[in-house]
Amino acid sequence: MYPILEAESIAPDVRRIVVEAPKIAKKHRAGQFVIVRVTPEGERIPLTIAESDPAAGSITLFVQAIGRTTRLMSELEAGDCLVDVAGPLGRASEINRYDGVAVVVGGGVGTAIAYPIACALAAKGNRVIAIIGGRTKEYVLLENELRAHDIEVIPCTDDGSYGRMGFVTEALADVVADEEVGVVFTIGPVPMMSAVADVTRPSEIETVASLNPIMVDGTGMCGGCRVEVGGETKFACVDGPEFDAHEVNFRLLQRRNTSYRAFETGQLSSLESLDHEHHEQLLAPVRGACARRAMS
Amino acid sequence: MKVSRRELMKLDRIEMPARDPLERAACFDEVNIGLTPEEATVEAMRCLHCKTPTCIDGCPVNIQIDQFIDRVAMGDIRGAADVIRLDSLLPAICGRVCPQEAQCEGACVLDKKHKPIAIGHLERYVADTIRTYGLEPPVEHVEPSGKSVAIVGSGPAGLACAADLAKSGHRVRVFEALHKPGGVLIYGIPEFRLPKSIVQSEIDGLKELGVEFEMNAIIGRTITMEELLTEEGFDAVFVGVGAGLPRFLNIEGENLIGVYSANEFLTRVNLMGAFHEDTETPILDLTGKRVVVFGGGNTAMDSARTPLRLGAKEVRVAYRRTEAEMPARVEEVHHAKEEGIVFDFLVSPLELLGDDDGWLTGVRLQRMELGEPDDSGRRRPVPIEGDVFDLDADVVIVAIGNSPNPLLPATEPHLKQTRWGTLEVDESTGRTTMPGVFAGGDITTGGATVILAMGAGRVAAASINEYLETGVWDREANEELETAGV
Repeated sequence: MYPILEAESIAPDVRRIVVEAPKIAKKHRAGQFVIVRVTPEGERIPLTIAESDPAAGSITLFVQAIGRTTRLMSELEAGDCLVDVAGPLGRASEINRYDGVAVVVGGGVGTAIAYPIACALAAKGNRVIAIIGGRTKEYVLLENELRAHDIEVIPCTDDGSYGRMGFVTEALADVVADEEVGVVFTIGPVPMMSAVADVTRPSEIETVASLNPIMVDGTGMCGGCRVEVGGETKFACVDGPEFDAHEVNFRLLQRRNTSYRAFETGQLSSLESLDHEHHEQLLAPVRGACARRAMS
Repeated sequence: MKVSRRELMKLDRIEMPARDPLERAACFDEVNIGLTPEEATVEAMRCLHCKTPTCIDGCPVNIQIDQFIDRVAMGDIRGAADVIRLDSLLPAICGRVCPQEAQCEGACVLDKKHKPIAIGHLERYVADTIRTYGLEPPVEHVEPSGKSVAIVGSGPAGLACAADLAKSGHRVRVFEALHKPGGVLIYGIPEFRLPKSIVQSEIDGLKELGVEFEMNAIIGRTITMEELLTEEGFDAVFVGVGAGLPRFLNIEGENLIGVYSANEFLTRVNLMGAFHEDTETPILDLTGKRVVVFGGGNTAMDSARTPLRLGAKEVRVAYRRTEAEMPARVEEVHHAKEEGIVFDFLVSPLELLGDDDGWLTGVRLQRMELGEPDDSGRRRPVPIEGDVFDLDADVVIVAIGNSPNPLLPATEPHLKQTRWGTLEVDESTGRTTMPGVFAGGDITTGGATVILAMGAGRVAAASINEYLETGVWDREANEELETAGV
């Protein structure tokens, strides 16, 4: 069991969860992820490590409630536990010093995943611009945290309720036109990453996408996370999760991510049809488990 | 009454009672039911007690087969178990999954003119009887040695190594990457062939011996090999991480939705329980679907028989050689046929076909014929020019073997690999190129069997004991001599 130290909502359906996992915290580098199980019979899901604190022995995860498992996870509070946390998995981001500006493009909860990469780029002495998008103002994440690391932030909303109105790609196109761009990191929904790659492709700007395919073990054992990069099959869990965005077959990734859509929709709606008491029954094994552990 | 050899040879081999094929193909209950005490006794009595029992040579760990069978014939099951225990630690598992026809039973003298003694079934009978009636010997207290050993991977090699080392008084801690211990015994072999309760009881037995288990520990990531020997303070490490990188066909269409590696498919079902109605881990709905499995080994048989149990309408196994060359256990092939699996021999996949939305719709196959023998001694399949045909398929499972997972060696430069990606070891000691680190099982041999992995785990355990006692690392000495030009 992995105790949850902090849990808070940072946007509708997005939670920030700090978990005690000292060994993972010690090893984590930007770009890596963990496999999490929320309940004793639960599925294994990959989540990017947003931050780690080796001294406190904790890692920070952001979770968006989009399916059964992430919904249940979002209902957890400090003092509860995660059943399993395994990692850190995947290759770390390659953080270099660039001549031009380093741009990080995050969409929705992707911003949370882009956050440690943006910080690492800034720490390396790069000038960093973060273009962060959300449907509306409340979905624009971590703006202040990014600014605190001397990162320039261009918030974008679909409806113009905050920052720039329109897609992150439009803002990116302007940056690319105005500045010498050294590198672009993009993390978020597949269509967004694909569009970002299209923006930077003509000018051949180095562009890195962090992919989010379906996974089971996360250690290269199952091959469920197969992605196509430059015409070759790669396992995102061990060869990635970051790849050259100009070489990624995003269409294939988008399709493969729909493999279990019917199942996932059914799982979520059956969970949503349950009342609070049932939810609590499902979470009973982990609810307050870390406090119980401390007492025993 | 003394029965003559001639009369004994007239007795028929007792066949393992199995669940009805139609009934079992709809559920995950174990197919083989197990021998009754009467059946086991009669089968054991068929043993001719050869002066030089060839069966023992056929066993990779040289169990004193004639002696344990003798005790079964006399009804002394506890005695039989004591004999087996001298050489094998996992008889309930090996009795079920060993390829006996290629090992002990293949070497039985009765195999030539009659049917061999059902050694595997008897081994299973002994182990199951002991477990069912709680007849295991009490855990003996051993003086702690003050030494500690880390075991990386909780599959058959790691479990066997852990057992021997714990009995030698060392503190033993098993590190497992997944959330449940057992390795391939848990994620790979299905419930209907190896009930998970049996694996669990082996693990519980190790816990009683004092073996510790740490889950979610990916050595090379969560903890490095170096750290195990330094910060974590272990005196030696055994690496038994298996061959866990699935091979694919490298043909067009392999990334279509509906194409699984056997590892992924079986892990979803066995480890994650996707066969339960209330599963939280998805698997493609196989009800009424057509499945094609590529491969000819035990994993291919498991990958074929599992979809039937999940409601598939038709399951075909496509293998590029003939039935005679199939590496699967004879019993698995027999069971698969009984359950209605269709075999397409001498066919090789050319392409996987899909629709506009990226879902698999079929497979394109090339007919083959057997040519000259290849390196493995088996006749090489060669394509018959122009003989190509298509089969409809909703799901394809690729079960053509695994390569060693590079995760661990890639993070530890001191561990030398062979050109096949396996770890370089001294076979008689399991010593790797990194002092204090031993290895065995599929990570050193490539995909093999449970019994070989278990055997390698025990060889390494003996060598670890010697190393912990003497502190001498032979390989190191050898290498120094080599570099000195001696």
